[in-house]
Amino acid sequence: MTRPMTMAEKILAAHAGLDEVRPGQLVECDLDMVLANDITAPIAIRVFHELGAADVFDRDRVCLVPDHYAPNKDIKSAEQTKTMREFAHACHVTHYWEQGCAGIEHALLPERGVVGPGDLIIGADSHTCTYGALGAFSTGVGSTDAGVGMATGRAWFKVPATIRFEVEGELPAGASAKDIILHVIGMIGVDGALYQAMEFAGSTIRGLSMEGRMTISNMAIEAGGKAGLMEVDDVAREWLDGRCERPYVEYHSDPDAEYAQVIHIDAADIQPCVSWPHLPSNTHPVTESRDVRIDQAVIGSCTNGRIEDMRIAADILRGRTIADGVRCIVIPATPAVQRQCMDEGLADVFLDAGCVFSCPTCGPCLGGYMGILAAGERCVSTTNRNFVGRMGDVTSEVYLASPAVAAASAVAGHIALPSDLD
Amino acid sequence: MHFEGNVFRYGRDVDTDVIIPARYLNTSDPAELATHAMCDIDETFATRVRPGDIIVAEENFGCGSSREHAPVALKAAGVSCVIAKSFARIFYRNSINTGLAIMECPEAVDAIKAGDRVSVDTESGAITDETTGATFTAEPFPPFIAEIIEAGGLVARTKAQMAKGNAKGDAR
Repeated sequence: MTRPMTMAEKILAAHAGLDEVRPGQLVECDLDMVLANDITAPIAIRVFHELGAADVFDRDRVCLVPDHYAPNKDIKSAEQTKTMREFAHACHVTHYWEQGCAGIEHALLPERGVVGPGDLIIGADSHTCTYGALGAFSTGVGSTDAGVGMATGRAWFKVPATIRFEVEGELPAGASAKDIILHVIGMIGVDGALYQAMEFAGSTIRGLSMEGRMTISNMAIEAGGKAGLMEVDDVAREWLDGRCERPYVEYHSDPDAEYAQVIHIDAADIQPCVSWPHLPSNTHPVTESRDVRIDQAVIGSCTNGRIEDMRIAADILRGRTIADGVRCIVIPATPAVQRQCMDEGLADVFLDAGCVFSCPTCGPCLGGYMGILAAGERCVSTTNRNFVGRMGDVTSEVYLASPAVAAASAVAGHIALPSDLD
Repeated sequence: MHFEGNVFRYGRDVDTDVIIPARYLNTSDPAELATHAMCDIDETFATRVRPGDIIVAEENFGCGSSREHAPVALKAAGVSCVIAKSFARIFYRNSINTGLAIMECPEAVDAIKAGDRVSVDTESGAITDETTGATFTAEPFPPFIAEIIEAGGLVARTKAQMAKGNAKGDAR
């Protein structure tokens, strides 16, 4: 009889070929997928060549996505995507998407069914933790780990202890998945889950769509978490079946598994909130943030660029116009989301309201392009980080919020709730 | 390894966006990255830092993005070692993999001041504030991590394993 384990422990044990693992144990594991993007892949490819590797470990188990500075923002970025493209072609990598078919990696991979439950995934991008929402153990690493992973299909892990968050009850009106994760980060801090896995459970989580669940897992890293896992349920199965390209395995935490901590959260306590500069943990209720005037709103990213986010924003922007002196930039995360925005008439809503409606890119989230802030400018954004200089000048400010709050703020000209517009 | 240098001090949650802002990530050239190291919280860092210098910081150093460009930029700028109360997980991993020395030692962080002359021995974990004479000992690395460092980083270790026809390796 093996020890009771959390789902994180079970996935790591299975991929290490062990019956059981315990927190703190160092294991080497077989990987199901290795991911890199246009910023991290060039270094990973250099590492791959340094190793003298002839080929990737499995051409179906490597994902290369041009999304950060793609479509190429300048000559140097073009060189980086070129390096990745040539490598993908030389190694016959199945999961390389050219610009036009590519989108933001963490929206694209689940959408295309490339990642699924029970997978062990590393990605040279910190938001690789997004796939935890599908029941995978998925974590961000650097380029060297990704390069070694592409060559060998292996990586080492220290088995993390798990913190379980049980969110129960109904969210207050206007609160969403983004507010849940901002609330959690505000509660435990940006290193509250350092070296640990986070597991999200409870009736509130089960009541969320897959889009909402991915928003939560996506920001586990913002609390220092190594992964942000959720158990597969009927909602997940319905979304995954027919989409996943490989058969998947469900892992469920044992009822008597040991947790570093179990944190109970009453959903009724989660108000629509905003993370003020310069840490995601600096959360304040929207109701105490209305004095913050904004110059820009960004709606998109791997956190909130999915179709549900677009629909929420469009519902608020429909028949309204962006406030004078404010730019609102809407960025669907993938070409499929972009097309759906057009098919459902959301693109018209955005353009009629005076928004920029962009092609998929990470762009402004990390201060790349497509919406950079000047000195002293303020942006309310559905992205995931508000560090100093994240979206532009070092004196600019980013306020993190849900799509509903970002859209309402764009109309009001200051941080606002949708209900403030009535 | 033994290093000695002057100390640059920073607070908690120094994120990888300030260690190397993303607007400079359209290159992975270490020398070019080094010229922008720390620029968003310390404009003159890149011009003042000298080979061997040491960064001392509070908790959660290197949080945020997984960009390996962060430890690479610091190392290329001349930083020999970062001493912090704790490191963000991916930065910790990236530093081990790329050969930037890191040490966890809360006592040293509390005692060492900006501009102090500090020497470190990364194998024994010994940290000496040469300015004040105070000595400290950092947390030792787990044996598996120490083995990667000793092999010369993850690439060298994996190369050796691949040469032996054992890419899979063993963690014990």
